Amino acid sequence: MTRLPITKTPKVYVGGAFIRSESARVFPLKDADGNFFANIPQCTRKDLRNAVEAAAKAGPGWAKRTAYNRGQIIYRLGEMIEARAGEMAEALLLGGASKAAAAREVAATVDRLIYYAGWTDKYEQVLGNVNPVAAPYFNFTVTEPMGIVGVLAPEASPLLALVSLFAPAITSGNTVVALASTSQPYPAILLGEMLATSDLPGGVVNLLTGFRQEMIPTFATHRHLRALVGVANADERKALAIGAADSMKRLQLLKAEEPTDWFAEAAQSLYAVRDTLEYKTTWHPIGA
Amino acid sequence: MPTLTAKKISTRPSRPAPELIFGDLWEFDPAPETADPKLKARYDLFINGQFVAPKSGKYFDSINPANEQKLAEIAQASAADVDVAYQAAKAAYDNVWGKMPGRERAKYLFRIARLLQDRAREFAVAETLDGGKPIKESRDFDVPMAAAHFFYHAGWADKLDYVAPGRRVAPLGVVGQVIPWNFPLLMLAWKLAPALAMGNTVVLKPAETTSITCLKLAEILQDAGLPPGVVNFVTGAGDVGAAVMNHPIPAKIAFTGSTEVGKIIMRSLAGTDKKMTLELGGKAANIVFDDAPLNQAVEGIVNGIFFNQGHVCCAGSRLLVHEPVAEQVLTKLKNRIKVLRVGDPLDKNTDIGAINSKEQLAKITSLVASGVKEGAVLFQPSGRLPTKGFYFRPTIFSGVSMSHRIAREEIFGPVLSILTFRTVDEAIEKANNTAYGLSAGVWTDKGSRILKMSTELKAGVVWANTYNKFDPTSPFGGYKESGFGREGGRQGLLDYCKLI
Repeated sequence: MTRLPITKTPKVYVGGAFIRSESARVFPLKDADGNFFANIPQCTRKDLRNAVEAAAKAGPGWAKRTAYNRGQIIYRLGEMIEARAGEMAEALLLGGASKAAAAREVAATVDRLIYYAGWTDKYEQVLGNVNPVAAPYFNFTVTEPMGIVGVLAPEASPLLALVSLFAPAITSGNTVVALASTSQPYPAILLGEMLATSDLPGGVVNLLTGFRQEMIPTFATHRHLRALVGVANADERKALAIGAADSMKRLQLLKAEEPTDWFAEAAQSLYAVRDTLEYKTTWHPIGA
Repeated sequence: MPTLTAKKISTRPSRPAPELIFGDLWEFDPAPETADPKLKARYDLFINGQFVAPKSGKYFDSINPANEQKLAEIAQASAADVDVAYQAAKAAYDNVWGKMPGRERAKYLFRIARLLQDRAREFAVAETLDGGKPIKESRDFDVPMAAAHFFYHAGWADKLDYVAPGRRVAPLGVVGQVIPWNFPLLMLAWKLAPALAMGNTVVLKPAETTSITCLKLAEILQDAGLPPGVVNFVTGAGDVGAAVMNHPIPAKIAFTGSTEVGKIIMRSLAGTDKKMTLELGGKAANIVFDDAPLNQAVEGIVNGIFFNQGHVCCAGSRLLVHEPVAEQVLTKLKNRIKVLRVGDPLDKNTDIGAINSKEQLAKITSLVASGVKEGAVLFQPSGRLPTKGFYFRPTIFSGVSMSHRIAREEIFGPVLSILTFRTVDEAIEKANNTAYGLSAGVWTDKGSRILKMSTELKAGVVWANTYNKFDPTSPFGGYKESGFGREGGRQGLLDYCKLI
């Protein structure tokens, strides 16, 4: 008699815990052959607000970690994915990727994390500086993380794009609430399990699954989200900008109608780190 | 909880230090600045290198807020004029400025800086007449700082490879800019200099009450031989500003003004690809600890809130005083503001000049009335104010709580709200408990506390043991609802380019 395998109930990773949607709603996910695979949490606005709360709690602690420590933790996340690369590639196959393409996306994702792990203790030296003001003051400009960053992942490259969008934000000490690809949510579910074992404090990265149109209005208007990065279509960009105006939220949105090559060298950059930083300038008199 | 320096407070009454109380005891002889501001009776629009009449043929009066007398007529632009200005800016970008080597652009900016320095006193008088600020400020701050901004950014024009390490930068194209009335010439320089250094061309609208130094600068642009269309000035009120923002040509909009208007702009540009820099309002906390050098701190508090009549987005309008020294600081402050001289802005001894407009005076008056109504304790020195013109006495409110309107809303006038705190954490909590995040001040003798406060305060500029200091090399701009983007320094240039 063959043994019936135990299937996993997908849960999203929020506040360092694996949760179902507060609404108890799910949507069915099919594999590439059209067979039922699992029920995915259909997160709500309330789940988003809860995730923002978790991110807010984690924020100050994460931002105060030393740059060296943040770098090691992001590197550790890369280690966790590399170690389970086969399993992650399987998750990508669900969306119809070829085996080679899936393996390539996992490898590129790990490399991207290693890239940003190396930036944690360097970006400040490149972006900040001392300013030679024309008066007897010591004046310097440093960066600070903006706070909680909302991430809207595109449908394609469901792992690589998601990681490429949130990694630069956490590099500097921001915390993140991300909405995964609606059509290919499972890699984000699996990524949550890897985040949980990566030493990244709970609440630093919160991953939601669900329907974009249900969540975008709350991403736009939630006052505690200080920035939104991601990919959006023209209507979404307009709605996000109108909502963001209420709290002067910073927007860095790529156009869904002009697909991004997430494998390209240009998809990783110091300037993606800068996009979720504020510059702060301090003056102090020089004297006895 | 961090402990604060324990200070023994002497309870023994001691003889108060002798003070000179001037008040109304002695009349001062007037000491007016007499340089000729060389005003024209009528100013046209500046488009494509020429002064041109507005299509509507209409003009509005610009008055001197110090005596309500008419200074000049200013052209009333329309959307059609704005369009002509943008066409000129686009042609100048496509044919001349966008292609010009950086070292040549630099020379034009250096020339502008030099020509402005040559005519500094004339510009200072014009600025004071038009806006009401004390001549000592326009002479010693606004005009020299404006020239410094052109000089600083000039040198960047041929060094742009160093702006964004690892990437190359390119200009955005045409930019539209709208500036406020509190520092008319200086805001103009903050906007123009980085935009031009980066290779963009500009359509700019000054505030309707303070257009004169902008149009005088147009004369300097002509004298400098700046190619036609690189800079265009359109004048008028909010409708002209909206036309500048919403025109299809500009790739970027830069605005300095109120948070309320900033939000309207952000909504109106939603769905476009225009980049934005918004430098908006503030409600800065100026925090004084018990170990601060108090006399120095009092000077800093006065400078923080009464500089330019408090018409400063980064004004230190919320004073947070450590409880052990609160009474002492209040007494010192009261004595200090009793000797501030309010009056003719052209007088070299004037500390507080005229409020910029009747509308602003009404707004300040109504917010001060709300402070009284909500139970804060008002102090204003006595003394005569000029009978004509718009003036407001330096005002201190003590006993203010965080929920009072005067502790939450930007007053943009010479009005200080005083709150107290007991611990470092309480100071940080109160300072950050605002939708704004432009600037903050910290006064303490303890270096480690300065660095902690500077780290914790959610503000783009932190002044430690000083206040209201500015420099072209020093990036300025806000967190949260004080807007985004920076002006000045290497970081400010990044907002006028695209990375390639």
